[in-house]
Amino acid sequence: MNLKKLLFRSFAYIFLILVFIASVFPFYWMIVGMTNSAVDVIKGKMTFGNQLIYNFKTLTASYNLGKILFNSIKISLSTMIGTLIATSMAAYGFEIYRARTREKIYNIILLSMMIPLAALMVPLFRLIVELKLLNTPWGVILPAIASVFILFFFRQSFKSFPKEIIEAARIDGAGELRIFSSIVVPMMKSTYAAAAILSFTTSWNSYLWPLIVLQTDEQKTITLLISSLASAYFPEYGIIMMTIVIATLPNIIVFFTLQRYFVQGMTGAIKQ
Amino acid sequence: MVKRKMEHSILCKNLSYNRILDNYGWLFISFALMLLVIFLFYPIVYSFYLSFTSSKGIVQKFIGFENYIKLFNDQMFLLALKNTFTILIIQVPIMLFLALILADILNDKNIKFRGFFRTGIFLPTVTSLVATAVLFKMMFSLDGLVNTILLKLHLLKEPIPWLLDPFWAKITLIIGMTWRWTGYNMVFYLSGLQNIPYDLYESAAIDGANKIQQFFYITIPMLKPIIIFTTIMSTIGTLQLFDEPINLSSGGVTASSVGPGNSLLTLSVYIYNLVFKYMPNFGYAAAVSYVIVFITAILTFIQFKVVGEKE
Repeated sequence: MNLKKLLFRSFAYIFLILVFIASVFPFYWMIVGMTNSAVDVIKGKMTFGNQLIYNFKTLTASYNLGKILFNSIKISLSTMIGTLIATSMAAYGFEIYRARTREKIYNIILLSMMIPLAALMVPLFRLIVELKLLNTPWGVILPAIASVFILFFFRQSFKSFPKEIIEAARIDGAGELRIFSSIVVPMMKSTYAAAAILSFTTSWNSYLWPLIVLQTDEQKTITLLISSLASAYFPEYGIIMMTIVIATLPNIIVFFTLQRYFVQGMTGAIKQ
Repeated sequence: MVKRKMEHSILCKNLSYNRILDNYGWLFISFALMLLVIFLFYPIVYSFYLSFTSSKGIVQKFIGFENYIKLFNDQMFLLALKNTFTILIIQVPIMLFLALILADILNDKNIKFRGFFRTGIFLPTVTSLVATAVLFKMMFSLDGLVNTILLKLHLLKEPIPWLLDPFWAKITLIIGMTWRWTGYNMVFYLSGLQNIPYDLYESAAIDGANKIQQFFYITIPMLKPIIIFTTIMSTIGTLQLFDEPINLSSGGVTASSVGPGNSLLTLSVYIYNLVFKYMPNFGYAAAVSYVIVFITAILTFIQFKVVGEKE
């Protein structure tokens, strides 16, 4: 019995360690890679090299890295703020003021999650052209704000929000908007943090729609830069690695600073 | 009489109060709803209409089901369909099963460093799909890292032509996707497991159930709703696969073949090509995209049925 238990546990640890290494190793490799030359990267050199400064200089000489990062930050932050406001308010509206018509609308919205972006590509592209948003950050931001998944996520979390608090506030004479902004939002901090992570990283990482909308180098985002560097005829692998590190870093920072909330927020949403 | 009047007025007040609240309901959802109508519902409907039209240049005419009929003889479309399904059927079950096992192990309070393991395994989720694909493209190059390691460990005699052979290219894509998404799904399961009373496992252990039995008789049944949810989300995600195949293949969006012998040509990539690479035929592209919608709807329906869940 005890031997069996021990066996199980050692298997569990071996399995965990293997998956852990597989998960984390590429991160080590990309950091090592940005200090190496293209040839060393592609040959799989696993130790640090001395090409870091050369790679950085080459990258910044051929691309306006500051501008590209600025574009990415502008798009991701705007999308995130818009998403948090629009979807959390909508989720609150659907959940707290339940009504049959709105419930039907909500179900239709959820169903639309099944429809791939590719299916919207043609009409959405025409729409963006007509609204004169082609090759502007707004062409990427506006369609991304009303994220159905995050709306769903918020609503699941609001389900466990104690309704008595809202009732009590109403009796005290607080207005509906006031209740939302100064009672509900502060109490749902971890949900907001989790949604912020999801929204920011999704926008930061998005590729297909920015690829279609942002057509000039002037508007390029960091994700588009990785893709175009990697599809060059003679890819500069060390520089690609550096770009990947630069692109991944903000996500890691956002994740580690908000991680505690993230787990809480996810748990809150799934409880229902 | 007076009492009835009072009741009436309270009722009226309640009615009008309810109406006010109802208006607030509309107010709260208005911003998101407006955006959804413009950027989601309108394109969905318009795209459906487009799928029954033919557009060459600026001339657009209604042609009924012709686009859909044409699909059956379109070798490229059939290949894209086959590729997408192969990836879906192999990748999603492997990934979700892996995520379930990991969540189950990490839920065991006797395991040490659980937070450390969880963070590490979740970490790939922060990388973009593009970065993932490009990383894997470099790692799996012919004389690259993976082949070097496998050769050094004497697990291989010859290097595997990972991205040069149609079969291995799909395997590489599947490995990359699994690396990227397993931790993500694991977090959903872990959150779900928090709601299963831990005593359940303890009493099962006292009754002599081993870990494997506990996994199949407690974890899986208790997580059923979340398993359905993640299965549906992964199915939808895989049917929309675009970033990874494009960035794994050499040449990116401009390449003539997506992966060796178009082995990484997925439905979404095909739609993109129809719209932005070939002679644009919007109607036909819309028909292909509605095939994805129909398949997603059917698969979601089946997944609900198979599990037999009411909700």
